[in-house]
Amino acid sequence: MKTSYRYQLKTLLELFLVFFKIGPATFGGGYAMIPMIEREIVHKRSWISEQELDELLSLAGSAPGGVGVNASTFIGYRMGRIPGAVAALLGITFPTFFIVFAISMFYSRFGDLHKVQAAFQGIKGAVIGLIAVAAYRMGKNALFDRTTIAVAAGALILLLVTGLNPVILILCGLLLGVLIIRVKKHLGLNTRTEKERPADQDRQAQIEYYI
Amino acid sequence: MILWQLFISFLKIGFVSFGGGYAVIPMIQHESQRYGWLTPEHFQQTVSLAGMSPGPIATNSATLIGYQAAGIGGAFAATAGIVLPSLVLVVLIASFFYKINSSPAVKSSFYGLRPIITGLIIYAALHFGFASGWSSLLQPSNWLVLLIGAAAFMAIVKYKTHPLLVIAGSAVLGMAFF
Repeated sequence: MKTSYRYQLKTLLELFLVFFKIGPATFGGGYAMIPMIEREIVHKRSWISEQELDELLSLAGSAPGGVGVNASTFIGYRMGRIPGAVAALLGITFPTFFIVFAISMFYSRFGDLHKVQAAFQGIKGAVIGLIAVAAYRMGKNALFDRTTIAVAAGALILLLVTGLNPVILILCGLLLGVLIIRVKKHLGLNTRTEKERPADQDRQAQIEYYI
Repeated sequence: MILWQLFISFLKIGFVSFGGGYAVIPMIQHESQRYGWLTPEHFQQTVSLAGMSPGPIATNSATLIGYQAAGIGGAFAATAGIVLPSLVLVVLIASFFYKINSSPAVKSSFYGLRPIITGLIIYAALHFGFASGWSSLLQPSNWLVLLIGAAAFMAIVKYKTHPLLVIAGSAVLGMAFF
């Protein structure tokens, strides 16, 4: 009994440490974490198989929350139930929590210097680029017929013109999907709900495609 | 009571943060304006800081907004709020709904949801690029920021440049030109 208890603690600590390492090494958001998670979890430690990771990622990508955070929590849960999920979640959250702090301290101390401000103007440009990349990747997979293009345009216009709460928009989106598919079925139209993809597509593209 | 307000707001955002990362920026912005946590200009700076930091964007933004609004306690409250839904939902899905992705109801919901998320992310990008509305187009310094943005986009999409390199390169360009 005592040894299994120790074994459990060891697993929890290892989960915490693995994800502790992944967070600070990834830039540009959750999707950047996926190759790193694959290397650490599948190849180095063989905790789960590649196929299982694919399934996990598809769930992690479609559940609410960041894909990196969700994937870590999933793997933690697989390895050690709820304590495992908590350990992995803490591991992925903690280091960046402190790094973000350090950067923000730096900014509040040196943010008034002209050259620091200039660098931040440039970084603002990079962030606009990163957001545009996310929009482009999402759009490439989400907008594949006239209905989806119309819904995206409608959402954008509502946001720009009315300042509608985005939470409400998201809830409407969930209902709208069900409704549209029902109506289309009733009218005997094509009810494809996902973009068709070639079988040989690489994994990264597949992962981007889940939500 | 601001701590509780931060926690609840981010908890709410966490539960509907489909698409993660940049899709939550408009949601955070909405709450932030509603409660007056940050000025719009300050909000942009904060999201820039979150975007250049390693790790998940949504969590980083929550930490920083919480910190700006109410110090260390606020940072903890906001971060806890945004990650708690992940924990709850992941545990629920992993134990009960492992096959949820292949259910037709979920598939048709996502059919409507995905374009909405695309709209949200485009909105986040526009809001960042044209913070002061149409008059942003009249400021030459803003053109330069947009130009850097366009270059960053091309570098990542076309040449698969590492995001860290793109961020560092943009910082250098900023120092050279502003």
